[in-house]
Formats: sequence, structure tokens, C-alpha cells
Amino acid sequence: MLRDRLLSPYQHGVSRVHGWSPGRKLGAALVGVVLVVLLPRGAWAAYAATAFGLLAVALAARLDLRQLGLRVLLVEPFVIGIALLALLRPGGLPVFLSIVAKSTLCLVIMVLLTATTRFSDLLGVLWRVRVPTLLVTTLALMYRYLFVLLAESERMQRARRSRTFVPSRTGAWRGGAEVAGLLFVRASERAERVYLAMCARGWKS
Amino acid sequence: MHIPDGFLDLRTAATAAVLAGAGLAFALRDVRRRLPARRVPLIGLAAAFVFAAQMINFPVAAGTSGHLIGAALVTVLLGPGPAVVAMTAVLLLQSLMFADGGITALGANVLNLAVIAPAVAALVYALVRRLAGSGQRSMLIAAGCAAWCSTLAAALACAAQLAASGIVPWTTVLPAMGAVHMVIGLAEAVITMLVLAVVVRARPDILEGMDSVEGRRRAMAAYCAAAGIALVVFVAPFASSMPDGLEHVAERLGFASHASQTLSPGFAPLPDYSVEALGGDSVWLSTVIAGGIGTLVVFGIAWWLARALTARVPPGRH
Repeated sequence: MLRDRLLSPYQHGVSRVHGWSPGRKLGAALVGVVLVVLLPRGAWAAYAATAFGLLAVALAARLDLRQLGLRVLLVEPFVIGIALLALLRPGGLPVFLSIVAKSTLCLVIMVLLTATTRFSDLLGVLWRVRVPTLLVTTLALMYRYLFVLLAESERMQRARRSRTFVPSRTGAWRGGAEVAGLLFVRASERAERVYLAMCARGWKS
Repeated sequence: MHIPDGFLDLRTAATAAVLAGAGLAFALRDVRRRLPARRVPLIGLAAAFVFAAQMINFPVAAGTSGHLIGAALVTVLLGPGPAVVAMTAVLLLQSLMFADGGITALGANVLNLAVIAPAVAALVYALVRRLAGSGQRSMLIAAGCAAWCSTLAAALACAAQLAASGIVPWTTVLPAMGAVHMVIGLAEAVITMLVLAVVVRARPDILEGMDSVEGRRRAMAAYCAAAGIALVVFVAPFASSMPDGLEHVAERLGFASHASQTLSPGFAPLPDYSVEALGGDSVWLSTVIAGGIGTLVVFGIAWWLARALTARVPPGRH
């Protein structure tokens, strides 16, 4: 399913890039993003060189380029949307083009990182560099239950749709709110069960 | 409202990151100290809930649809400290996993959506509850106002950061973002109230054990200070530098004499107020006036909606 593939950016594969340690990959990605951000506006040769470099990494990792492109295109509208504000100022077109190019390069870097690294490995890195435990726990639990809640929300919306013959706008809003509200209630009830399960396995805050 | 990489300059990104880090550190300490251990998993699940709830579409018009942001909703449901942590987790996951929101702009995004938005929501919620009294209806009204104000505050901070980075001039981006998010905030307020009404109807007890906003003067003061400092740092330069900026643009475009008429009306939230005013103050003034009127309108709508929502619940159910 397309949605499932969009929600899990990791592409399983065996390659050198996949084999690098997650910490090194995250570090390299961060450095890369910062370097791209620091490039001056209008340095088109440098942008092109970076793009070729990233393409080489993608090829070395033997990734599905179509899926990578899809992921970039998914976020690109937001980039362009905010960059359009730059057109409001006099002489904004070069600024607009540079920003879109730089932003897209950063996007590609992050997409490459998540395509070759599991999120759980990234969490491990965050844990090792001493990000506060509470935040890492929250992230881990969030990632674990994200897909459960998304599936639950989808089930509830499907049930709602199958019982509503005439979809009106107010009806859709009430229905959406109903789903969201009950989703929170279920999430908080689930949190209690999760807590008990965590305690049973020796968890201490 | 997620700022991607490449938009902010170094100074703005660093300032925002420091402020966001301070806010987050305070929230983490606050949660660790005050929240019972059995509530800790709820923060993670609430973060997952926000993510899932953001995927639910609310049709607006002509095929477009909006979605919840959720900062105010989580603040009302969980309290400000857990809300800051949960929203930070949402933004971190979005930027790390889906490249939605840049890594270098993470500080700014966390500051806007995970520190300023919950803090403003908590402040407005507490204030309106004090004014509107106790009970379910006042809770819904307060939540609606909190959602609107927090959306607007986050949008203004975001606009100010973009302007401080030299992407856009102050005079266009602040009124433009303000105007757009006054409308988006309205949708946010309505959705927040609808969802909250559902939660309260299904499990009236669910809010009682939560880390409530009231009765926490010191923590509240700290959160308000965080939001206030952040807003002042980014938005205040606008107030002082704006006339210069406007004149600068006007001179560059060579229509200094028509500056106020041509620049402001298209972007000002309430055009009537800016057309007649003269000089650089007009945009600022009209924004403030529009904000005031908007607040009153939102309060009215929230009051009406809360009445409609609570009237549906038969007495004795809550």
C-alpha cells in the first residue's frame, strides 16, 4: 500500500551505506545539512556538485530512486509554499530559486538518511549522545504506537463512513472530531495498560 | 508552519535553538518532578495521538481540507509540561523521519509549535477559565480561545523568524501570516472544541487526574515567561525597525509617496483600518486592531459553539 510505504521510509537493503554505523550516518547527515545551509545564495555550481554527490550515495546504497523522489516531492510543496513569501520582496526571484534549491538538497540528505537507517537505530544514537531519557522514552513509545493509532483511526473513520449516507461538511467535521476524541480516549486507556506492561518488565522512570 | 532547512540564517536559528532548548529543559524537569510515573507513557501515546489526529482531514471548501495542529488540545488535556514534551517529540519525529521541517530549523519549529504554542494556550486557557467560571461550557470556551491564540502566536513567531533571516520584509510577512492564521486558528479552535467535547462526553473523569493548568502559579509563570521572552526577542525588532523597513522598501521601489496605500491594504487583516492611516505605523496599528477584533470574534464564536455543544449533553450524564 502506498500509504504504508510513505509512512516507513526505511528501505531494506544490503550495501555499504546501510552498513555504516547509525551514529556516523546521523552525524554525516547533520554536517551535510549544515554545510548546504551555509552555502551562499546563488552558488549554483556547488548545488549541482552536492546533488551529484547525493545521487552517487543513493546509487551506492542501491535505493529505489522513484520512492526517494516520491518522498522528496511529498514535502516539496511546503518548501515552495514558504519560499513563495520571498517573491513578495523586490528582486526576490534569485532568492526564491536559491532557497528552493538549498532546501531540496537538505531534504534529499534527510530522505537518504532515513532510507538507509532504521528509526530505532537513530533512537539508539540519541540515547547514546545523552538526549534526556524522558524525551527518548517519549519518542520510542510514540514511534511504537504511531502505527497502532493510525490503524485505529483509519478503522474508526471507515466505520463512520460506512454508516453515513450523505456526507455533509458539518457532518464530516463532527465525524472527524468524534474519531479524534475517541482516539484520544483509547490512547489514554492504552497508556495505562502500557504502563502496567512496562512495570511488569522491570521499567523504572 | 514547519520551517524547512535553508530558510533561517545562522543567528536566528541559533537564538531559536537556545530558547527552545531552555523551554524544553524546563518542561522536562517539570514533568520529571511532578508527573506520577504512571502518566509517563501517556506522553508518548499523546504524541502518537497528535500525529494520527493531524492525518484526519477536515474538508474546508473546493476540495481543500485542513487538519488539527493539536498544541492547544494536548495542553488542555495533559497540562503544559507534558504538552511541550509531546509536541517536541512530534516535531522531532516529523523532521527526522519524514524530512517535514528542517534539522537546522528544528530549534525554531520546536520553539514555535512546542514551546510558544502550548505556553500561550495554557496562559489563555487559565485566564479565560478564570473569567468564564467553572463547568464544562467555560472549559470549552477557554479551549477554543486558547487554540486560536496559540495558533496565531506560533504563526507570528514563525513569520518573525523568517523576516529576521532576511527572506521577506517585515511589512509583508507579519500581516500576511497573521491574517492567514487568524482564519486557520479559527478552524483549529472549532476542531479543538469539538474533540474536547467528545472526550469529556465519553470519559468525564479523564481530565480530572491530569496535570491541570490551574493552581500551578510558578510553573505557569515560567511557561508564560518563556513564551513572552521568545515573542519579544523575535517580534519586538519588528516594532522598532518597521518604519525604516517600510521606507526602505518604498524608496527602493520608487513610490515613497504612495507607500502606505499600496503596501498595506492587500496584506492587512482588516483593510479598512490601514487604508486611511498614514506612515509606517499603519500596518502595526492595523495588525493590533485586527488582533483585538479577531479575539472578540473568536470569543463570541467559542461561546456560541460551547453552548451548542453542551446543550446536546443530557443533564446527569456529566
